[in-house]
Amino acid sequence: MAYMSCKNLVLGYDGRAVTRDLTFEVNKGDYLCIVGENGAGKSTLIKTLLGLMEPLEGSITTDEGLKTYEIGYLPQQTVVQRDFPASVWEIVLSGTLAKCGRRPFYSRQEKKDAEENMKKMSIWELRKKCYRNLSGGQQQRVLLARALCATTKLLLLDEPVSGLDPKVTTEFYQLVEGLNKEGITIIMVSHDIHAAVQYANYILHINQKQFFFGEKEAYLKSEEWKLFQ
Amino acid sequence: MNEWLSKLQFYLEFPFVQYALVVGTLIALCSSLLGVTLVLKRFSYIGDGLSHVAFGAAAIATIFQLTDNIIIVMPVTILTAVLLLAKGQNTNIKGDAAIAMLSVGSLAIGYLLLNLFSNSANLSGDVCSTLFGSTSILTLSENEVKICIVISGLVVFTFILFYNKIFAVTFDENFAKATGIKAERYNFLIAIVIAVIIVLSMNLVGSLLISALIIFPALSSMRIIRNFKGVVICSGIISVLCAFVGMIVSILISTPVGSTIVVADIVVFILSCASSKFFRNGG
Repeated sequence: MAYMSCKNLVLGYDGRAVTRDLTFEVNKGDYLCIVGENGAGKSTLIKTLLGLMEPLEGSITTDEGLKTYEIGYLPQQTVVQRDFPASVWEIVLSGTLAKCGRRPFYSRQEKKDAEENMKKMSIWELRKKCYRNLSGGQQQRVLLARALCATTKLLLLDEPVSGLDPKVTTEFYQLVEGLNKEGITIIMVSHDIHAAVQYANYILHINQKQFFFGEKEAYLKSEEWKLFQ
Repeated sequence: MNEWLSKLQFYLEFPFVQYALVVGTLIALCSSLLGVTLVLKRFSYIGDGLSHVAFGAAAIATIFQLTDNIIIVMPVTILTAVLLLAKGQNTNIKGDAAIAMLSVGSLAIGYLLLNLFSNSANLSGDVCSTLFGSTSILTLSENEVKICIVISGLVVFTFILFYNKIFAVTFDENFAKATGIKAERYNFLIAIVIAVIIVLSMNLVGSLLISALIIFPALSSMRIIRNFKGVVICSGIISVLCAFVGMIVSILISTPVGSTIVVADIVVFILSCASSKFFRNGG
């Protein structure tokens, strides 16, 4: 069984479908890249995978010990966050909040988790800095550390490199690749198709309906790939 | 100076002045706590909208000649807050329009009802004091003071208890939801607390000036402090200080309480803007 399998998904808002016929699965240790044009339904798919909205039709099942809420999420930056007065430490620590359950405050264990993940992302030195004063690359590391606090199983990255310069982009991809090699499953949404075929081992190409799902090698030989060029 | 001190001493001996100081400080503390969250969630105007609704409700309470108008005002305001904050994203009328509509609507209806049905001899005086809170803080009964102390205690307690959750929901609601935190529940909580604070603050500054009490301390401390906890604590301190100084000043030179407090808040805001500019240029 797969970590997550989606069957015949139809996604959309208010009963109107944005994208349809999505059937794919994600196994433990996979690096899946979801590509497609703007308006192809990528963000809608993300929201559905996170459980923020329900699919119109079809089903998503999780297995292999993955629970719905064990997905770490790296969102696109919102306007609010750009002038939010929060320290790096506060943000990363908030990733462990779900583990607190009904407890109102963080325990020593959660603080230790946060510290470890910050060291892993080499942002421990920045912990007292204000989030809004960091560079784009540093901000993404902070959000990645927060996502890692929430899960050690599956990360969902939504356009993680938009707005980053080429050097920082490469660094970020290598960081994610490292995490994948440690055994964390990655789902990344991107319109950077070249990075997708470089780092991912599975590709899901959507465009109002499913275009292609399969291994990267097969994708590179497919019609869809040629169309994209 | 001495003359003023003795004048102050003279006034402080009256229980109603002591009540006003205690209640004013508590209200200032409560209202500043959620200010940061509201400013960051782009809900600054909700204080204004809700306070107008509270005004409308107070008008209805006056018509029925209820002695404790909190019985009507509190539930109506809470209900409105819940509708606006918790359901805000799903309705057909978007947040700001809904707030604007409700606020002017209830202001108009409240004033109309008062004019039609009130037996009061000094109608415009009544309306003025509800809108600007000019005297109500000095006419509190012992009972009202007790209610106020209990409610502000509850507000502060709730805020501390749910502080981490409120932070998470304010910073990134989608992330919080995705990791299994019931964000709606906390939005609901924020809505109720903010409504309670507004009903309380009506006594202090009146319904037109409540927003100032909620947002100015938050905006000031966001200029100087760079982490969330610091901002919350700092805005609490600023708010309490401004309320206290404002009340003392208004006693000494007989200015209206509410607007004096708000002026104090504005002064602090300008100072903090200036200091943040200065430090940025200096380092």
